[in-house]
Amino acid sequence: MSTQAEAAPVRRRWSRQARHQMIYGWAFALPFFLLFLLVFAAPIISSIRSSLFKMQSTGGGLFGGGERVEVFAGLENFIVAATNTSFWGGIGRVMLFGVFQIPVMIGIALGLALLLDSFLVRRPGTWRLLYFLPYAIPGLIAAIVWGYLYVPQISPFADAFGTSGGQPFFLAPGIILASMANMTTWTFTGYNMLIFLAALQAIPGDLYEAARIDGASGLQITAKIKIPLVRGAALLAVLLSIIGTIQLFNEPTVMQTLASWMGNDYTPMMMAYNTMMGQMTPSGAGPASAVSILMAMVAGVLAVIYALAQRKAD
Amino acid sequence: MATQIKTTPDGLVYRPSIEDQPPRSIAPSKLAQTVTLVVLGFVLLYFLLPIVWLVIASSKNNTDLVSSFGFWFADNNWAFNWNSLMSWTKGLFPRWVLNSVFYSTVAATLGTLISVACGYAMAKFVFPGRRALLVTIMAGLLMPIAILTVPLYLLFSQMQLTNTIWSIIIPSMVSPFGVFLANVYADSSVPTELLEAARIDGAGEARIFFTMVLRLLAPAMVTIFLFIFVATWNNFLLPLMMISSDTLKPVTLGLYGMMSYFAPDKGAVMLGALLGVVPLILLFLILQRFWQSGLAAGAVKG
Repeated sequence: MSTQAEAAPVRRRWSRQARHQMIYGWAFALPFFLLFLLVFAAPIISSIRSSLFKMQSTGGGLFGGGERVEVFAGLENFIVAATNTSFWGGIGRVMLFGVFQIPVMIGIALGLALLLDSFLVRRPGTWRLLYFLPYAIPGLIAAIVWGYLYVPQISPFADAFGTSGGQPFFLAPGIILASMANMTTWTFTGYNMLIFLAALQAIPGDLYEAARIDGASGLQITAKIKIPLVRGAALLAVLLSIIGTIQLFNEPTVMQTLASWMGNDYTPMMMAYNTMMGQMTPSGAGPASAVSILMAMVAGVLAVIYALAQRKAD
Repeated sequence: MATQIKTTPDGLVYRPSIEDQPPRSIAPSKLAQTVTLVVLGFVLLYFLLPIVWLVIASSKNNTDLVSSFGFWFADNNWAFNWNSLMSWTKGLFPRWVLNSVFYSTVAATLGTLISVACGYAMAKFVFPGRRALLVTIMAGLLMPIAILTVPLYLLFSQMQLTNTIWSIIIPSMVSPFGVFLANVYADSSVPTELLEAARIDGAGEARIFFTMVLRLLAPAMVTIFLFIFVATWNNFLLPLMMISSDTLKPVTLGLYGMMSYFAPDKGAVMLGALLGVVPLILLFLILQRFWQSGLAAGAVKG
């Protein structure tokens, strides 16, 4: 009993401090947390809800006239979206895009970072800044600039490539994905390079010194120390690129103004947008939410597959 | 310079090492350095030529764009293109740039403040739900943000917020990356002893945060500010969905509207594109010292 009596005041003093920590901890975290709920959590919940409903006319005759009301549709919106071949066509296109674009971009970014981190280069800071510059250019504006660079006559080089299947070379069906991949690579390579450089600079110099003493050459140090130690950064960069690729929107939307054959469902994100804005059938909140959720699920599955494959490779 | 020879006070001759250069025994050969320089130079051309072309193309009219050599100036038509840009946009182009400046500045300022507060709270306070909060925000980092825009539009239209400045500012303020960066930075550069000393001296938590913590976190704040600013400026899908009136458009949306128009005056579009990126590039160059160090702090842990 006496131990309890002694413990009580101690515990109370501790809990007063704990209360202070709790109140102020939450007070500082709350503004962000509430907005996070509004911008991230609430849309997810509301889209799950609205994906289960659809708009339907009630009453009225053959020519409408009835009121449009929301009725429960069950999984109908999902079935419509998941059996739509143009949805899977779009998914296929962005996956093809990612399979080629992501390794090329990450490879170039890593190569540049390794060069700038080596003794081979004087003034790496200037190079780093210049390579990073395209990132400061809005994706939409980059797409407009590259888009005009792909149009023969305006472009300084596109004339030389002629046409392919009746379309200007860079805007032709077989090529346009590569043309867009080039835009994305141009914008984001510098950013990824910066991430790799930061990871490289965090490697302690003693490791290199020890390797030198053991007789390792510069190439061996790169292959056996530097590259393995930036794997974590590479994993994150690839994961973020996969998620970014699934949502490809700006580039195809701009390209579509130059190559109208692309239609308004070239990528899943374009399909979701045009479904929402009533430029496709079925349209409206329900079908658009279903397309969005389906896309998010595909993105999640791909990210998990990639993460698992990486873990298995270790 | 590299072969400069010096003499020690006791008469020994030596070649001093050069700062920031490796010892001569492991220095790469001249050939390797030259090859690297050539490779880096070609890569640089790839990154810079479109920007150079943008500057040149913005000075040409439609005829010169087609007929003159693409990578050099023809007759300068900046004034003509500017007038064309203004008449196409009904005089709204400067307003669009100012809108972008306004949205990005407000979103970045408020966003930085709430990110830093949240990151600081998670780094320096012990409270129930802290780990769950951290995991949730990290999950937000991997959330496909564009996909969220469609349901966000639905939600905001129910709240009657679409086509207002808030429909751009509120979603842009929320940056999980900013919280992540602030958390990492607060963890390593705000000493707990300092906070305790301030508390013992009787400073309130708000005062500690605003007078001490914000100062210690200044480098991270510049980075977060810049990233939210750029993300807001670059966002296209969000204003495309949310904004319908011409006077509220940011510059990206305005340019897209102009480009998608049938047969636009291309030199004028190019000039608009150039003027739409100049503010961002200036900001990057002015603040480069800060974002480079801040990004490093974030990447180390990531």
